[in-house]
Amino acid sequence: MTDIASGPAAPGSQAGPRPEAIKAIPVRHPWRWVSGALVLAFAGDVVYTFATAPDLRWDQVWKWLSGRLILEGIVITLELTVLAMVIGIVLGIVLAVMRLSPSPVMSWVSWLYIWFFRGTPVLVQIFFWFNLNTVLPHIGIGIPGTPLHWQESTNLLISAFTAATLGLGLNEAAYMAEIVRAGIISVEQGQTEAAQALGMNRLQLMRRIVLPQAMRVIIPPTGNETISMLKTTSLASIAAVPELFTRSEQIANFTFLVIELAIVASIWYLAMTTVLTIGQYYVERYFARGAQRELPPTPFQRFRRMLFTFHAPPPAVPDVSVSFPPGRR
Amino acid sequence: MSAGPMVKAEAVHKSFGRLEVLRGIDLEVNPKEVMCMIGPSGSGKSTFLRCINHLEKIDAGRLSVDGELVGYRQRGDKLYELPDREVCQKRSEIGMVFQHFNLFPHMTALENLIEAPIRVKKASRSTAVAYARALLDRVGLADKTNAYPKQLSGGQQQRVAIARALAMDPKLMLFDEPTSALDPELVGEVLDVMRRLAQDGMTMVVVTHEMGFAREVGDTLVFMDGGVIVEAGKPRDVLANPQQERTRSFLSKVL
Repeated sequence: MTDIASGPAAPGSQAGPRPEAIKAIPVRHPWRWVSGALVLAFAGDVVYTFATAPDLRWDQVWKWLSGRLILEGIVITLELTVLAMVIGIVLGIVLAVMRLSPSPVMSWVSWLYIWFFRGTPVLVQIFFWFNLNTVLPHIGIGIPGTPLHWQESTNLLISAFTAATLGLGLNEAAYMAEIVRAGIISVEQGQTEAAQALGMNRLQLMRRIVLPQAMRVIIPPTGNETISMLKTTSLASIAAVPELFTRSEQIANFTFLVIELAIVASIWYLAMTTVLTIGQYYVERYFARGAQRELPPTPFQRFRRMLFTFHAPPPAVPDVSVSFPPGRR
Repeated sequence: MSAGPMVKAEAVHKSFGRLEVLRGIDLEVNPKEVMCMIGPSGSGKSTFLRCINHLEKIDAGRLSVDGELVGYRQRGDKLYELPDREVCQKRSEIGMVFQHFNLFPHMTALENLIEAPIRVKKASRSTAVAYARALLDRVGLADKTNAYPKQLSGGQQQRVAIARALAMDPKLMLFDEPTSALDPELVGEVLDVMRRLAQDGMTMVVVTHEMGFAREVGDTLVFMDGGVIVEAGKPRDVLANPQQERTRSFLSKVL
């Protein structure tokens, strides 16, 4: 299978004939069967109870699942997720680099930001942005003592959607900053030194050498954050942003199908997080480039391999870098 | 290039906190010369090497490369720190090879080689690639162009690392224990590359434990201990006939 076997055998290392493979009777595990059966029975009962509950209108669940109002809500949910994550990631990288900057002011400002936004509930933050107009009717920017000035009504500037995006995004940035910082720190010092020795400046070093390697550490928790964000967008319902959960609540209010619509929303949230989970797997695989000798197989490849090697003996010394000349590592 | 020494150190001192690592180093490396530095671990030889390309700042004394101070500019009797841009420019003219290779693991061998020429020297991609291929061929790895570092043996990685440093066309090469992290049977291939480099006239400062290499390739040998140069001279003389007791006792342990 590998070319180690096909290479010429070195004199003196002659192996004898391979003895017969071991065929032993495996140890029995009766309690695994008992506990397994119990858990399955319980899970089956839960499913059965819900599936046959007389007052649960499953036909209504299927009907509303593809309702126009719900589908529109999904679009808003996705928009919120994407925008909040983009704000979170971009601002998070900036905050992480600031935090690690040699300038004490930068480092402190970043620390304060993270302290504040991580220390207050995101629901309160959305609430804050949504109601900002009650204390600041106008928001403006300008340079004092000059005619350079611009201002706008807060109501116009911060819609319910903007309030939710700001609340979710600015909060996310605090968490992303810590994730990115952990990723940057995880890259070996030797990488920085090698890049410096080649004459690369701080920006080139960050962008070309450190951040791409930090990605491997950053991506998995970022995937988690994205999945978490998809669900957290339901908090935007406090600002009446018509996203998935707001819509399902509104429908429940006039149809009185409270649990049914909650199930509809749950099915959609589950479907979307499932897609994200699969996407996360492939992104992680991309950034594992160079970290392993061979990229891990995709689920499809693994499935195929399983079909063809089922019950075959495990491959002897798998993937020992097929490209190496024999006799060298 | 000026006619003077490539590296000139005068009373170079360096401390880490309260620990004094270099306590007055004086030496000169002439163009095309190969200087090997030996000594017990903690003697300051690696630190001195890292001072030459300003990875470490010296605390006292003067250190210059090719006639220019490392990291500073002198006007009158005042020293001015160099801005980052100029430090980077100076570093780009000095190649460095590390004990643990420090190849960029997310890039192939070829990408490792062309990164700095493109970003730092603003070479065109095609020029950089052509030169990189030639260099990989020169270190015997023409067939590993698209391999990632993890797919290479230690010796191959170190040869790529040498090629990466050469890709910047340095006027001086620094080697920080280039073979110490290698399996014994892989040391030879790296030393071969270094030997050929020396024959081609590269100025080299090599911190090493390979006495055979030092004897055969080195023009000068420096023995350091406790942050000072204990003994220096022709490698054959120092190795065969050390004048200092400390040199003798060190050599008796490693030879």
